[in-house]
Amino acid sequence: MSLFGFLTRRSTAPVARDRLQILLSHERAFVGGNDLAATLQEEILRVIAKHIAIDRDKVKVNLDRGESFSTLEIDVEMPTDEEVRARA
Amino acid sequence: MAEVLVVTSGKGGVGKTTSTASLGVALAQSGQKVVIVDFDVGLRNLDLIMGAERRVVFDLINVVQGDAKLAQALIRDKRVDTLSLLAASQTRDKDALSEEGVERVIGELREKFDWVICDSPAGIEKGAALAMKYADRAVVVTNPEVSSVRDSDRIIGLLDSKTAKAERGERMEKQLLLTRYDPVRAERGDMLKTDDVLEILSIPLLGIIPDSEEVLKASNLGSPVTLSSPTSAPARAYFDAAKRLRGETVPMTVHSDKSGLLGRLFGRRVA
Ligand SMILES: Nc1ncnc2c1ncn2[C@@H]1O[C@H](COP(=O)(O)OP(=O)(O)OP(=O)(O)O)[C@@H](O)[C@H]1O
Ligand SMILES: [Mg+2]
Repeated sequence: MSLFGFLTRRSTAPVARDRLQILLSHERAFVGGNDLAATLQEEILRVIAKHIAIDRDKVKVNLDRGESFSTLEIDVEMPTDEEVRARA
Repeated sequence: MAEVLVVTSGKGGVGKTTSTASLGVALAQSGQKVVIVDFDVGLRNLDLIMGAERRVVFDLINVVQGDAKLAQALIRDKRVDTLSLLAASQTRDKDALSEEGVERVIGELREKFDWVICDSPAGIEKGAALAMKYADRAVVVTNPEVSSVRDSDRIIGLLDSKTAKAERGERMEKQLLLTRYDPVRAERGDMLKTDDVLEILSIPLLGIIPDSEEVLKASNLGSPVTLSSPTSAPARAYFDAAKRLRGETVPMTVHSDKSGLLGRLFGRRVA
């Protein structure tokens, strides 16, 4: 902890800023409607969520556009059995 | 028997979402099965206040329109396991909600929960009308300030005429939640007093929630005051109100965070 940790320890604004940054970066891209990666992410998430209770940030979609070919990378972190049961 | 409760106000920004979240936590912690439902379609906020914004995949509109099952859209709180959230849509508008659809979803929620708490949007248009339509009882959130009291009066009129219960000729139970109350300013005579508001609106008092910076901190953290700061003045006021919702008699106190003379002066009983 820094020397001034006792001053900043209880402040809540940094938490609010971090939460908003994560949320809005996705919402802007998706609500704008022209970000392919965001649209794919949303739809893939929905397909998975129909069958498994999963948090948004456990599904990551990355679109890499290259000169000769592009890649779509989908990374899904599956919840543990306990987590699935807890939300059933 | 499930109770469907609408938290409404007419005027915007008076504390409906804060109250829905805080009361939901308080009721759920007392062992009741509670779902809080965001009716503020297009401007959802209850998910943020609950710290669940990263878990919303399906929302009320998806369920109303049959694109998702209720079980897929309910988000179980990670801290209080008898509490669930049904989020509003952020990308659609309120016209995507139909009366029949809302009635069906409320009916399904009644079977799963003891309390269904509907967070109404501001205004008196379609969104607010739908949030109250199938409620059994209402919490009217009011700030001690002229325009808020006037709008509450308007909402009380709608609760008594436009809800399904009113249309069946039944009496809609309404209780007043006075929020953002500042006892120092009230005592100075610069703010409407509780008795003034009660006399004007003539509905019973559910509670007095003091104006407190703890509410802002709680929203930063995504954890309602009743969870993040349970001994703070607003949290104690919400716990009292939740007990009254369950029919308990709790002396009406203006809670205060100040421990000095002011706290002793204003922490006293008022009714
Ligand atoms: N008791 C309180 N003390 C201090 N601030 C409060 C209190 N209650 C609510 N607030 C603040 O008032 C603002 C509005 O609260 P909230 O979002 O709950 O109102 P609302 O009625 O749901 O608004 P809207 O009509 O836009 O849906 C928020 O910034 C909230 O932090
Ligand atoms: Mg609100």
